[in-house]
Amino acid sequence: MKILVPIKRVIDYNVKVRVKADGSGVDLANVKMSMNPFDEIAVEEAIRLKEKGVASEVVVVSIGVKQASETLRTAMAMGADRAILIEAAADTSTDIEPLAVAKLLAAVVKDEQPGLVIAGKQAIDNDMNATGQMLSALLGWSQATFASKLEIEGEAALVTREVDGGMQTIRVKMPTIVTVDLRLNEPRYASLPNIMKAKKKPLEEKTPADYGVDVTPRLTVVKTVEPAARGAGIKVGSVDELVSKLKEAGVL
Amino acid sequence: MAVLVLGEVTGGELMLDATAKAVTAAARLGDVTVLCAGAHASAAGAEAAKIAGVARVLVAEDATLGHRLAEPTAALIVGLAGEYSHIVAPATTDAKNVMPRVAALLDVMVISDVSGIVDADTFERPVYAGNAIQTVRSADAKKVLTVRTTAFEAAGTGGSAPVETVAAVADPGLSSWVEDKVAASDRPELTSAGIVVSGGRGIGSEENFAIVEALADKLGAAVGASRAAVDAGYAPNDWQVGQTGKVVAPKLYVAVGISGAIQHLAGMKDSRVIVAINKDEDAPIFQVADYGLVGDLFTLVPELTGKV
Ligand SMILES: Cc1cc2nc3c(=O)[nH]c(=O)nc-3n(C[C@H](O)[C@H](O)[C@H](O)COP(=O)(O)OP(=O)(O)OC[C@H]3O[C@@H](n4cnc5c(N)ncnc54)[C@H](O)[C@@H]3O)c2cc1C
Ligand SMILES: Nc1ncnc2c1ncn2[C@@H]1O[C@H](COP(=O)(O)O)[C@@H](O)[C@H]1O
Repeated sequence: MKILVPIKRVIDYNVKVRVKADGSGVDLANVKMSMNPFDEIAVEEAIRLKEKGVASEVVVVSIGVKQASETLRTAMAMGADRAILIEAAADTSTDIEPLAVAKLLAAVVKDEQPGLVIAGKQAIDNDMNATGQMLSALLGWSQATFASKLEIEGEAALVTREVDGGMQTIRVKMPTIVTVDLRLNEPRYASLPNIMKAKKKPLEEKTPADYGVDVTPRLTVVKTVEPAARGAGIKVGSVDELVSKLKEAGVL
Repeated sequence: MAVLVLGEVTGGELMLDATAKAVTAAARLGDVTVLCAGAHASAAGAEAAKIAGVARVLVAEDATLGHRLAEPTAALIVGLAGEYSHIVAPATTDAKNVMPRVAALLDVMVISDVSGIVDADTFERPVYAGNAIQTVRSADAKKVLTVRTTAFEAAGTGGSAPVETVAAVADPGLSSWVEDKVAASDRPELTSAGIVVSGGRGIGSEENFAIVEALADKLGAAVGASRAAVDAGYAPNDWQVGQTGKVVAPKLYVAVGISGAIQHLAGMKDSRVIVAINKDEDAPIFQVADYGLVGDLFTLVPELTGKV
């Protein structure tokens, strides 16, 4: 079985995001970019399935600017076998919407015929939490989102999901799309020798036109602003002072 | 314009708070129809009919709609979508599972976690862990959105909308439910509680979390946690507050042994009053706290529990 893992290049989760003063977006110039943390978990899970002999090949795909090839190399250094870069934007500030990403991924799935797609639950830049579900809809496949445990049982997968009330376990028919949550696994670091090896792994370059997919956004970003800041607070010296302040504020 | 709201139905019961908040958002867009779907949904439908501002309730009851599996639920909504300009749901895990699927089946872009409605086509939503608020205008014929419940007041009750039954669609048979692990609790629900007390890695162990829980119980509060506390096994996953957990905005939020990473702040910084208890006076949580108490949580929290 082949596993396809879509990975997104995003602003690193440690970076303090700055909104541009003119409201045109966030400042991405000279900012550290990394693999979306959920996608690292997805790559790790795919590699583990390969190590267990459940999967035969792990293919990673990224849609965005050409620099996303670095992110793909990182995934190959972790252990993915090969990569597909779909260059869909020239400007690093262009974000390709989940619907367009899902359409491109659906086309890649038709080419590659994976038995399983493992995606992140959410990209930490646009916070959409949509692509896996959309891809599943387009393919007419089953979906198992927010996975904290995944077991492949031949024609089906048993997936435990993190939901508002706790955990839910479902059985989904293969082929399927799983989106991963934080506690599925702890991704490995790529070792230096593996980083070197990854440079020689195949990376295919494509464009949306190769797949006949229109990536024109459906949502126009009118403006991007900073959220209202909270007023500065105070430090209190004791529990008694805290209690009286909270009573004054009418919250106790 | 007519708006379809996906009611939040869990185990046959209507989650009134989340549904009523989605109704408030939806009522800004047009006449509201609430859909209650489940293996059992008529009791939930009767409850939804009482929400003020609801014009009509649809009830779809079928075994395949139990447990809110995404495929049959999305197929049901798509079948009903024709007459509605907007399809709205509260941004719960159930809706986040279902609504993007609905959107893709309708060939429209989903608009997740809407925090403000500008007009029928234009919406505000937080991005980058709430560090920016984006205003987006949709060019799609139908709008499919999930709304952030903390951003909208719950609609009141007192309505008496007519209830109609709709048929479930054929089950695609792609997935089946196996089990739920739900911790029963007498505490208020995290996302609608008036007070939340959350613990972080500083709590140090699962046993020590009793300190946080004792304060919460004294205050009649819900209990939350940081990701680090959940990852370490001190607290269950459904307590996680943050960018990728639950978003809360109670009148009082008490953060205990939590440093205040942006991913945590994303889930609680709209709380009315924030209290932070942390031994590190430079912890970033103090930058958003109205009242900060610097010191050891193991002495301060029990003392606070004794004094409230
Ligand atoms: C993709 C992604 C998603 C994430 N999503 C979330 C999310 O949804 N929610 C979330 O919370 N985090 C999330 N995180 C994690 C986040 O970045 C932080 O790692 C996490 O919030 C830290 O948790 P913490 O504050 O409990 O732990 P720490 O940062 O370790 O802080 C512990 C604090 O406890 C204090 N402390 C220790 N002992 C005591 C004591 N005896 N008395 C008083 N104070 C004490 C310390 O001074 C310290 O400030 C996410 C991260 C990533 C990469
Ligand atoms: N541009 C992209 N390229 C590759 N994968 C993506 C892209 N955008 C989203 N994804 C995948 O979809 C997941 C969810 O993203 P989103 O729906 O944007 O929150 C991510 O974790 C990735 O696995």
